[in-house]
Amino acid sequence: MKKILAASVLGLSLSASGLAYAEPVKVGMITTLSGGGAGLGVDVRDGFLLALKQAGNTEIEVVVEDDAMKPETAVQLADKMIQSDQVDILTGIIWSNLAMAVVPSVTAQDKFYLSPNAGPSPLAGAKCHKNYFNVAWQNDSLHEAAGAYATKAGYKKPFILAPNYPAGTDALTGFKRFYTGELANEVYTKLGATDYAAEISQIRASGADAVYFFLPGGMGIAFMKQYAQSGVNIPVVGPAFSFSQDVLGAMGDAALGVKNTAQWSPDLDNATSKAFVESFKAEYGRIPSLYASQGFDTANLILSAAAKASVKDADAFRAALEAADFKSTRGDFKFAPNHHPIHDVYVREVVKEGDVLTNKIVGVALEDHQDVYAAECKM
Amino acid sequence: MSTALIIEQLLNGLQFGVMLFLMAAGLTLIFGVMGLINLAHGSFYMIGAFACAAVAAATGSFWLGLAASLAAAAAAGALVELAVIRRLYDRDHLDQVLATFALILIFSEGTRWLFGSFPLYLDIPQVLSGAVDLPGGARYQLYRLAIIGVGVLVALGLYYLIARTRLGMRIRAGQSDREMIAALGVDIGTLYTMVFALGAALAGLAGALVGALQSVQVGMGEPVLILAFVVIVIGGIGSIKGALVGAVLVGLTDTLGRFLLPKLFAAFLGPSEGATVGAALASMLIYIVMALILAFRPKGLFPATA
Repeated sequence: MKKILAASVLGLSLSASGLAYAEPVKVGMITTLSGGGAGLGVDVRDGFLLALKQAGNTEIEVVVEDDAMKPETAVQLADKMIQSDQVDILTGIIWSNLAMAVVPSVTAQDKFYLSPNAGPSPLAGAKCHKNYFNVAWQNDSLHEAAGAYATKAGYKKPFILAPNYPAGTDALTGFKRFYTGELANEVYTKLGATDYAAEISQIRASGADAVYFFLPGGMGIAFMKQYAQSGVNIPVVGPAFSFSQDVLGAMGDAALGVKNTAQWSPDLDNATSKAFVESFKAEYGRIPSLYASQGFDTANLILSAAAKASVKDADAFRAALEAADFKSTRGDFKFAPNHHPIHDVYVREVVKEGDVLTNKIVGVALEDHQDVYAAECKM
Repeated sequence: MSTALIIEQLLNGLQFGVMLFLMAAGLTLIFGVMGLINLAHGSFYMIGAFACAAVAAATGSFWLGLAASLAAAAAAGALVELAVIRRLYDRDHLDQVLATFALILIFSEGTRWLFGSFPLYLDIPQVLSGAVDLPGGARYQLYRLAIIGVGVLVALGLYYLIARTRLGMRIRAGQSDREMIAALGVDIGTLYTMVFALGAALAGLAGALVGALQSVQVGMGEPVLILAFVVIVIGGIGSIKGALVGAVLVGLTDTLGRFLLPKLFAAFLGPSEGATVGAALASMLIYIVMALILAFRPKGLFPATA
């Protein structure tokens, strides 16, 4: 009781000093900062903190914790952040299996969850929730775009490959939704696997005319290197996750020329994105990945909503989030009724600028794309 | 399904097994001689890979990197033995597990502090790039064949070391009666440090060889460590021969399971469903094999004679 009293007194004194913001906002960020997936979490965190820094905002307090890519750790951290840190908003989770473990319990406790990355299909459809927003994409989106690209590029017999976890099955389902032709084979690998010799041998023997793979983080590096070394020269297509800025350096020239689909690219032509890329480079000394842009967008969405409404007034704050009244790095951005983005998805190509590998947009795969699960969402 | 594909998959399994053998040999040697459970063995694998990537990036030579990986892992092994492990021989296994687990965290965070969270780049040497044609129409990557070759050489080398040299004799003696060889005037402390450094160097070698195929990143050692434990449990703890047989068995089971099970289930459940179920079962397969072996041979295939 004493603690609650103290907290509310503190809250009152802080809100009295806050000028632009109705109430201070406490954000809990659970993300992957160690192990094989750390590159993704670090980029989301850095993008997020950069947006807060640029806004000069001191009213938003962020607690960052590392989930080490383990669902049980993420659940513990969420409980700790809600109960002892008393956060208003949670964000940061990279992996869909972790999101599925954490998000339903967070939203059930009347807290907001803004996803800067994972977008598993249940949360976009039957299990959607009014307090859950996805600022990145529904998992299928980039894969659907890749399916559309494969159809357009005239591939007749692609070999498709993904890890065996929610985002992996979403990936191949998404690809097949927009590519309805024949498949050479469909293979699921173990999540976190680093040796793909057995799969590459199958690709060679399958007679495929293209390979589509979704393997984020270290898995993609391992696959792409082994693929290039194996001497199989069937063209490769991937979602941006397989060829994002965080993994290109370690893949080396093996990735050159590969087409991949993304909702954002460092060369995207709009003022917000250009300023973001410049400031990110200045701050951290590397080119931002799309994960960093998602973290940046998430923070800006929170800032825009906090400027309009108090986070304690859940209905008003939710309406402010739904309005998505912020400048997104991907240009046009709005939420569908299931709180997932409607946005363009581009085709990018891996190129070399100087001696740094990066991506360049070469076309649009899907315009104003919305996921198919919205129909199942009853909010 | 062509013969070529089957030959390739068998080689893939063999190559994976040989890589596991390099890890498991050190682990089983350390357990056999010193009775120590070393969870930090995966860290030496990581250190080897990072040393190789860092030196190869600085000098442009994979071979210097490979030498550096052996040196760095052996040095780290010797240092850890002298500073920490030495105090653990007389403790029970729980204390050893706790202390070596702490070492994993220290090594992982230390490496992250030095090299950052992003994976490092390491490519295979130019000489070994490309694939070679094999009988039956199969094509196999030269580098992976070289890994198999290295594994076979290490196995022969270890056999010679243990069976034919004075050091090997002492190792065997230490395995069967620690007090007695100390009483006979053998400097057991130095012997332990040497065995530990040897095990660490083998893990570092595996890390460097595999790092060129996969990605060099923090935490890369732990998944391999778990498999290496499966290998030594199957093979019989303390037995090098057991480690070799166990490693090849695990390598083949895993590779062929990943390849054949989805095909098998696809025949009943359709391609998409079958691929998911088959993949799920394939990732459990080696543990099922381990459970079966332990049910019939509780001490493993080749129990070390104590």
